[in-house]
Amino acid sequence: MSWLLALPIALPFLTATLAFLLRHRPAGRWISVWGSAALLIASAVLMAAVLDAGVVAGHMGGWPAPFGITLVADLLSAVMVVITAIIALAVSVYALADVDEAMEAQGYHALFQVLIAGVTGAFLTGDLFNLYVWFEVMLISSFGLLILGGRAEQIDGGVKYVALNLVSTILFLTGIGLLYGMTGTLNMADLATAVDDADQGLLTVVATAFMIAFGVKAALFPLFFWLPASYHTPAFSVSAVFAGLLTKVGVYALIRMFTLIFDHDIAFTHTILLWVAGLTMVTGVLGAAAQTDFRKILSFHIVSQIGYMILGLALLTPLALVGAVFYLVHHIVVKANLFLIAGVASRIAGGTELARIGGLYKTAPLLAILFLVPAFSLAGFPPLSGFWAKFILVKAALEVEGWIIAGVALLVGLLTIYSMTKIWAQAFWEPHPEGVDPRLSSLTPYDRLAMLLPIGALAVITVVIGLFPEPFAAFAEDAAAQLLDPSAYIEAVAVANGAVDIEGAAE
Amino acid sequence: MEALLALTIGVLVAAAVYLMLSGHMFRFILGLVLISNAANLTIFTAGRLTEGVPALIAVGAEAPDGLVANPLPQALVLTAIVIGFGLFAFAITLVKRAWTELGTVEADEMRLAEPRKEKP
Repeated sequence: MSWLLALPIALPFLTATLAFLLRHRPAGRWISVWGSAALLIASAVLMAAVLDAGVVAGHMGGWPAPFGITLVADLLSAVMVVITAIIALAVSVYALADVDEAMEAQGYHALFQVLIAGVTGAFLTGDLFNLYVWFEVMLISSFGLLILGGRAEQIDGGVKYVALNLVSTILFLTGIGLLYGMTGTLNMADLATAVDDADQGLLTVVATAFMIAFGVKAALFPLFFWLPASYHTPAFSVSAVFAGLLTKVGVYALIRMFTLIFDHDIAFTHTILLWVAGLTMVTGVLGAAAQTDFRKILSFHIVSQIGYMILGLALLTPLALVGAVFYLVHHIVVKANLFLIAGVASRIAGGTELARIGGLYKTAPLLAILFLVPAFSLAGFPPLSGFWAKFILVKAALEVEGWIIAGVALLVGLLTIYSMTKIWAQAFWEPHPEGVDPRLSSLTPYDRLAMLLPIGALAVITVVIGLFPEPFAAFAEDAAAQLLDPSAYIEAVAVANGAVDIEGAAE
Repeated sequence: MEALLALTIGVLVAAAVYLMLSGHMFRFILGLVLISNAANLTIFTAGRLTEGVPALIAVGAEAPDGLVANPLPQALVLTAIVIGFGLFAFAITLVKRAWTELGTVEADEMRLAEPRKEKP
């Protein structure tokens, strides 16, 4: 089974190598597209295996856990890998039109594929130190992508992004060291039981270190400042993949750690998470309301939406986790799509500063419709995917009588509509200030297809999740059940050991 | 020995935090180097200190005889040092580039990506 788990990581690395060798030729960009397509197939095969077996685990190099490095895919990991592959394919097609030859010659496609490898690696690993390594893989390629092109504005945003992410990485490493010192293991399945014997007070301190480290990655209040400082500066395809995937790796790591390992003092850790979730939602959406740039508004919305996912984790009821998983998947699709649309709008209307563009509705109605789908979904209009995600979370909050947090979630939804309306009114509704008629036909047919095809496909996914939420909700329910009762996860790692006994797993 | 290392880690972190709060990006990088070394020492110390015993198994034996050093933290620290080296090389280059592009590396003056709102 281990090739099945290794393939979603190995394929992007292979694609990256080939794309780097052919970076001066048009073949390079097509290798990126086909590599992403192959990744999508590999992730679908993995998903089928996980649906069949529950949890799939394998040990790399044949060393049994907890000595070797374990890769584990449960339902949450599998769905995150599938969605990563979908975004990778969409963005690599979009990049055919968006990324120029100068950026390609500097190795855009190779960096992009290494980033995807880092993301899938982080989703699939079952070893804490290995997770650190995947974070680093992801980080170093994201540094490269962020400043590729080298405009002064990118360098400025890049410095802040690099600085704060490095601090969080070092905190993560310190946490790993302390946890290893307390338990003597770094295998996540092994840790889940090993922490029971550790000093519980000290464990809470280590849990807080992890919370801060992943909180920076996930852009939680008050650690999110690097995100709106940098996400609006790189190429559109880069900011789309960042917006879709990078912060969500932080959210995934938080969900994994705080359901599997740090569930000993929920009253303390998850209460902090609940406060953080509420404040993240509110500050994010207020920040967005104050911005006047297409991409800056969207960047602040990432922050606000992260709050909803953490809300699901903080409540830690079955229904709340269903909401968190559902939100995670829905958000990745919607957010990446909005950044892709901002790229088309900028291309045909001449910028992202809302005061300088306009008239898109009159002359580019197709783009306007494609914008409305993810924008309404983000705000939570029925029957789009965001409505169900918010509905489940608010219901979960009401079930545990969290009246205030449920109210905050609803209010933030309302404010989201406000800033989406701002984009709609200024970019689409009002006439262009310079009297230009922005038309999609001003793009070459090749560019038009490469840019609109992924946007359309992602919009279709949003609508499908919205109209047929049943199977997706049922899936999220199973994933949440696995998170709440990690015995299947722990057992799968033990079984993959070939009946090698892990302490405590047999109990 | 543990106490001495713990004290060293504490001093390193204190110095690093002081440097990182100074607002000058180059000092910030120096602070990062210090704090990453503190993290490495933390892992090393957390793996238990064994003085004067190498992590070696005698020829022909299956398991170590008596006390040996724990090789895992050493492997972890080595990995972290290598990764850290790459990241710092990148970060220093980036700060130098910021110096030539922006003319300043004072965090408070780097406002190109997020310009201050002009009062209407």
